[in-house]
Amino acid sequence: MTLPEPFRLLAYLAGVMAFVGVNAAYLVWVERKGAARFQRRPGPTEVGPAGLLQPLADAAKLLSKQLLVPPDADRTLFRVAPVLVMAPALMCLATIPFGKTLGARSLDLGLVMVFAFGSINVMAIMLGGWASRNKYAIISAARIVSQNVAYEIPMMLVVITLIMVTGTTNLQEIVEDQAGGFWKWNVFNLAANPLMPVTFVIFFICMLAETNRAPFDMAEAESELVAGAFTEYAGMGFGVFFMAEYANILVGCSLGAILFLGGWQSPFGILSGVGWFLLKLYALVFTVVWVRWTFPRTQFYGLLNLSWKILIPVSLGTLVLTCIMLKIF
Amino acid sequence: MNAEGFPGAVRLAEIIFVISGLTVLAGALLAVMAHRIIRSVCGLALCCIGLAGLYAFLQSPFLALMQILIYVGAVCITIVFAVMLAEPDEPGEPHTGQGGGLWLPCALLICAVVGWALATLAVKTPWVEPAVRTSDGSLKAIGMALLTTHSLAFEVVSVVLLVAIVGALAIAHGGRGVAR
Repeated sequence: MTLPEPFRLLAYLAGVMAFVGVNAAYLVWVERKGAARFQRRPGPTEVGPAGLLQPLADAAKLLSKQLLVPPDADRTLFRVAPVLVMAPALMCLATIPFGKTLGARSLDLGLVMVFAFGSINVMAIMLGGWASRNKYAIISAARIVSQNVAYEIPMMLVVITLIMVTGTTNLQEIVEDQAGGFWKWNVFNLAANPLMPVTFVIFFICMLAETNRAPFDMAEAESELVAGAFTEYAGMGFGVFFMAEYANILVGCSLGAILFLGGWQSPFGILSGVGWFLLKLYALVFTVVWVRWTFPRTQFYGLLNLSWKILIPVSLGTLVLTCIMLKIF
Repeated sequence: MNAEGFPGAVRLAEIIFVISGLTVLAGALLAVMAHRIIRSVCGLALCCIGLAGLYAFLQSPFLALMQILIYVGAVCITIVFAVMLAEPDEPGEPHTGQGGGLWLPCALLICAVVGWALATLAVKTPWVEPAVRTSDGSLKAIGMALLTTHSLAFEVVSVVLLVAIVGALAIAHGGRGVAR
């Protein structure tokens, strides 16, 4: 079936939206079940078998709530912010190649595009926090900026290291370069850089911080800031922020799977396909949930110190090491 | 791109151009006319996204993405951050310039003259079209150009950043001295 190109792109975007919707709903369920199991309680059980219909019930509840705008708030910005958080995440996911033939387009600048649109996300959360005219929200917005600026740098250094190894920013080509078994994946590419697993761990930590996940959820620290930037949002306004958080986790984990774990390549060199990509994606997502319910929230100074004093020097070190290795061999 | 059968397929490029242009205009107007400074910054961000659209339209996708990454993702965020720390909570009285009646016609006149001059220049100049495209706008071409052909300009530009850092340090140091 050959649709005209613009129709194909629109259909693909609709598919991505459906993917994000289903995933956001059911990742909430995974999160709640996971949290419950880590704390030795059953989690949601009432709605549907094993609580499987719980996300639908939550969605119905959120949709039926009144959309409140606080009287002092900046009305336009307050309404626009949730949309601005969601839209870039969709754009990022549209560049991710899910399989050999399953991708919107083979963009030469795919990796750059993910980071370009990912950077809008911070701006949007910050505007939402500012427009709420709420002290907690503004403190949270200030935290989000310093956190994201601090973690953007090691993230970029790691990605530059990786681009030097792959020599391309085309996500599809990066995946194709890792064909032929798990020892060919970038995370085990020790010939290019003996510290590659460290690089992957730095990437994962930065990804957690950029998506504002625990232990780095300073922006939404509910014991100090109520709900941070989202304090004043009611009903689906809050729901969209919540969905966008999971959409961003999906983007981050897909990127991790593609850059380091071989994307849709199979670990045994045969039977590559979409299934492997989803398996790796959800393994990373589960790790994110696991980390959240295992580690307590860090302090804000601890968070910034980790980035400026440990992650940036180490990632600079791996960058230099990769330069040397690539020059010698 | 095989766009047959899509509504308005023939004019797709023009439509994208017009949308980008309108976004730039709307963002610029918002940046100038908003009373709250944070809305001006939003206008600036919108303007930059429109500019990125124009770059993409002119087949420089790398420049377009860098426009978003640097101007929206870094510059605008820094400005909003500074505004959030500095701006008083309530917006002040709308500022009316001295002799309000005279300024508007003067400004319009100057704008009209400058706009007319630029437009005439653009239309009348006999632009020479290059016989071949000098660059395909790809990452490789840009990298080669920056690090070989134009490496001197590239290095000189980076000196500006160094000056900015030193300047920021000097200002911060002076500020601390006063506080003591």
